[in-house]
Amino acid sequence: MSASRTTAGFAPALIVAAALALLLALILAAFAVGRYPVSLPDRGRVRWGWVSGGSSGLDATVEAVVLQIRGPRVMAALLVGAALAAGGAAYQSLFRNPLVSPDILGVSAGAAVGAVLGIFLSLGVVMIQSMAFAGGLAAVGMVYFVAKSVRGHDPLLVLVLAGVVLGALLGACVALMKYLADPYNQLPAITFWLLGSLASTDARDMWAATPLLLIGLLPLWLLRWRINVLSLDDEEARALGVPTGRIRLAVIVGATLMTSAAVAISGVIGWIGLVIPHFARLLTGPDFTRLLPVSVLLGAGFLVAVDTLARTIANIEVPLGVLTAFVGTPLFLWQLATARRSWQ
Amino acid sequence: MTLAARELAFGYPGRRIGSDVTLKLARGEVLCLLGPNGSGKTTLFKTLLGLLSPQGGSVLIDGVDAGTMSREAVARQVSYVPQAHGAFFPFTVHEIVLMGRVAHIGLFAAPSRNDQNATDAAIARMGLTELAGKSYTQISGGERQLTLIARALAQEAPVVVLDEPTANLDFGNQVRVLERIRALADAGTGVLLSTHDPDHAFLCADRVAMLHEGRLMACGTPGEVMTAGNLQRLYGVEVAVVAVGTAAGARTVCLPVAVAGAQPSAQQ
Repeated sequence: MSASRTTAGFAPALIVAAALALLLALILAAFAVGRYPVSLPDRGRVRWGWVSGGSSGLDATVEAVVLQIRGPRVMAALLVGAALAAGGAAYQSLFRNPLVSPDILGVSAGAAVGAVLGIFLSLGVVMIQSMAFAGGLAAVGMVYFVAKSVRGHDPLLVLVLAGVVLGALLGACVALMKYLADPYNQLPAITFWLLGSLASTDARDMWAATPLLLIGLLPLWLLRWRINVLSLDDEEARALGVPTGRIRLAVIVGATLMTSAAVAISGVIGWIGLVIPHFARLLTGPDFTRLLPVSVLLGAGFLVAVDTLARTIANIEVPLGVLTAFVGTPLFLWQLATARRSWQ
Repeated sequence: MTLAARELAFGYPGRRIGSDVTLKLARGEVLCLLGPNGSGKTTLFKTLLGLLSPQGGSVLIDGVDAGTMSREAVARQVSYVPQAHGAFFPFTVHEIVLMGRVAHIGLFAAPSRNDQNATDAAIARMGLTELAGKSYTQISGGERQLTLIARALAQEAPVVVLDEPTANLDFGNQVRVLERIRALADAGTGVLLSTHDPDHAFLCADRVAMLHEGRLMACGTPGEVMTAGNLQRLYGVEVAVVAVGTAAGARTVCLPVAVAGAQPSAQQ
């Protein structure tokens, strides 16, 4: 009986275990690969030295590569990938639409305006990141209150419409600042930020972003079963006894907090929030209690893999926003063509 | 437990659909609501369920004004079966029915063993055990309707409101769904349903209410209310109510007279 309850043919525990194993393999590979190759035993020694507080007895360069450069970067890829995928999964369930990504309510557009304004005003890195974070939250807040003040329509439709319209306006603001920016200093930095990168993340970024990501994840995890009911028709969900407005707000706040914190340190990275939840849903079925953990694991693994590619396939850093699309599109089309449908 | 409307006025903001509706439903009885398209049946149901606020009068659940109750508290007393529809994601039949338990499950909790058992029992009562693991998107319209009824059963509310449960079903499924509904009432559930087919009222209803242009035109037992005159007034077509002998005894059916009368002239 219990086996027949799952939509997919795989046992949930097996999927999680497989996704976890894949993730660990990708993390190990990410530490090994790079312009400065580090062997497996050396990596182990460095990390043991870090944990035990003693010396690893290795070259300081090796230590620096593993601890200061690759460590934070792999950590950032894990967290950003996980956050974008979890936010996407939550939004897709909430809006009952598999074409929705965390951008739908304008979080990326808002963060972009914040960051680009920061670069335009020649502010420091911390300020730019803070403004990106605040911009993402402010955009979604504005969309939510605009939608809230419009009555007599389907609340979800109004939210999406408000998100699209406000997103377009914020896009125009970014375009204006790009047009006015200094083409030698500021414009490349703006373009680089808008394409997404983890090249400059350091340990300090992680200390700032990690708590925000975890706080954002909390409501999604706590409400994980109830989010299933939200993916029914609004009136049906209310007739079943769910105050949909309040639960929806909690999910939006959580997903927005996570996505804003992620985008603030990584810049705009598309695709993950849209495509990874799709893959996860194919494996687990639509039940959010299983969809959320698998999305988190796959999102983290995907971005670690893509970020490893980004710093190794060419002599220059390839922007992540570009690579995720180049890797994600064929994967997505392949899935669309071959897989059974994961939505209606 | 009773569900009652007292001088209820209902509609959407800025648009009054109906008014002055007073009715009462107790456990164990089937009340069938008849009315033409646009008479306000669905709007009345949504108001009774608290999905729309009353524009006047009140909805009483066991004598308590439903407007003062939380969504969860209402859901534990009254469940709702909407018309069968497509699902957005391919949840299994079991997962859909399990969602009926949400009013009994804590905000941050996952379904317990007890919830799983109630779900399995509701699925079995609707004869869906074989389909429990199937995707809701891959079963027939009749099976979807039974799934939604099973979900209402899992909700364990003493009163269930069904909005045209036989719409879009084939002849056999209509009868099967009505039989299940009758069995529910016989087991002690109060049932309020709407239908477009007056024969269904004869098949399963204890009482019939007729909604005409937003007002209750008549309310009583099928024998009292389902007269040719009333049906004619309700639907605007000529109707004959006749008794037919069947193997199971005499049955009453409604026949449209105008179509039969029009045929000879059409053949000329």
